[in-house]
Amino acid sequence: MSGVLVVVEQRGGSLGRTSLEALAAGQQLAKQLGAECSAAVVGDAAAAGELSSKAVAKVYTVEHALLAQYTADGYVAALEQLVKQAAPAYVVFPHTYQVRDFAPALATRFGQVLISDVVAIHDGPSFVRQLFQGKLNADYRPSGAGPCFVSIQAGSFRADALEAGSGATVESFAPAIDAAQIRTKPSEPFREAAQTIDLSAAPVIVSVGRGIREQENVALVQALADALGAELAASRPICDAGWLPMERQVGSSGQTVSPKLYLAVGISGAIQHLVGMKGSKTVIAINKDENAPIFEVADYGVVGDLFEVVPALTEAIQAAKH
Amino acid sequence: MKIIVAIKQVPERDAHLAPEGKWIDESDLNFTINEPDAYALEEALQLKDKNGGEVIALCAGPERVTSTLREALAKGADRAIHIVADDLGSRDTLALAQLLAEAIRPESPDLILTGLQSDDLGLGQTGVVLAEVLGIPHATIIMQVEVAGGGLRVKRELEDGWFQHVEMPLPALLTIQSGGNKLRYATLMGIKKAKTKPTATVEASAAPAASAIELTRVYLPEKQKRTQMITGSPAEIAAQLVEKLQTEVRVL
Repeated sequence: MSGVLVVVEQRGGSLGRTSLEALAAGQQLAKQLGAECSAAVVGDAAAAGELSSKAVAKVYTVEHALLAQYTADGYVAALEQLVKQAAPAYVVFPHTYQVRDFAPALATRFGQVLISDVVAIHDGPSFVRQLFQGKLNADYRPSGAGPCFVSIQAGSFRADALEAGSGATVESFAPAIDAAQIRTKPSEPFREAAQTIDLSAAPVIVSVGRGIREQENVALVQALADALGAELAASRPICDAGWLPMERQVGSSGQTVSPKLYLAVGISGAIQHLVGMKGSKTVIAINKDENAPIFEVADYGVVGDLFEVVPALTEAIQAAKH
Repeated sequence: MKIIVAIKQVPERDAHLAPEGKWIDESDLNFTINEPDAYALEEALQLKDKNGGEVIALCAGPERVTSTLREALAKGADRAIHIVADDLGSRDTLALAQLLAEAIRPESPDLILTGLQSDDLGLGQTGVVLAEVLGIPHATIIMQVEVAGGGLRVKRELEDGWFQHVEMPLPALLTIQSGGNKLRYATLMGIKKAKTKPTATVEASAAPAASAIELTRVYLPEKQKRTQMITGSPAEIAAQLVEKLQTEVRVL
């Protein structure tokens, strides 16, 4: 058992950013271990070409008619066989919704536990992940005998740090899967009503979170957004509560934004929110809790009562414009 | 339909957390139900409202978790199972799932629900591992559940505003996303009734000698950016921020 195997995700034959980042993490881990890094793509071999142009030892294309559509049962069965054959010491995934659906079960097949949502890898190796919605960090070490399974949080490793290679060998892997093993029947993915608000294009975003407490208080933040000529956005709990429509949600289940200014009001900064906005050029955060993780990504921070600071700021902006 | 809801008790969301070695100082913390698990409980109660059956709340942990189980009973769960374990910190996800599975097997439920992740560890995999240990199908990050043709039809959340319907047979396990339903409050009558509802106590089996992963250190994260803190009265803060917006950020 040696080396690193990165299992990437593809859509329509191309690799997503999170998969490239996971591959960068895999390359870094392999370097730390002094071992080889290989990659695997499941279902459609179309992305194999893109993969083999990176610095990897080998590319596995895991192909079977029953893998055409994602099911946890199909992926677990196929990858269990691949991991047994390739025998890597580490299996690395991007931390996507799909990976969250099957990777824990795959690890269970090996008597292992997935170290999920990893943000950094230190020598040892020890894997850093966040606890308590990002308020604390924790170091994890694999202590089991089997392969160690790890998933990488979006935005934690740089896709542009990926090393290019010179045409790695592509090896087709045909797992044995029986139709009876697949217990769930998925239908085609769909989108609810077409999104009418494209937050990703907004140069200035004012975003509101749990700290606003009541629906009627959202108007305070709307007034600030209006004064700045900004789009109003929110963290998930606000949209869950129906205080703002779902299409104004920023985060892993909503939109990913990178405006010139992101002004976060009463948002603590859970991981799921940060992955949607940490590409913003400037972040201003207003929160009553000085330990809120939003301050880790903020350029300017205000620890204070938003019900006092926001109206004062709205007024000052209006005055400045005259 | 017999539904077991696996819930976890966690520190309240706005709790002040002090890292201490491999965990946090728990002495002054208030504990509550893990929020995604509250949505799993709500989904179970709504399924029971629609289709009849029984809802059992299951929780592993020390004595203090009985308050969370009582709250679940007050909201409408029919009975509760408390797996008494003071050493959850030394059990990894697989060991915990095995513990839950031992308590679940004798009940032979049709459906097991749990939240998609916990607010404290956030590993987001207890449900999937539990399904694998029990040998039943699962689906994760579920927004809606319908009983259809002897099985289920569920709505799974994917990334970037995409969704997918999945059909599956019973018994099955689902991890529930927050926000799919509105959470109910316990009524006075519910709180009264909860006192007469049964809670079974199960002693946890010994933790396995070895774990697959080990948490070695908990600490405050380093800042990714150098944050300039703006202080003063609200008016002073506003004036300083406007100055930054004009000269540094250049959006005014």
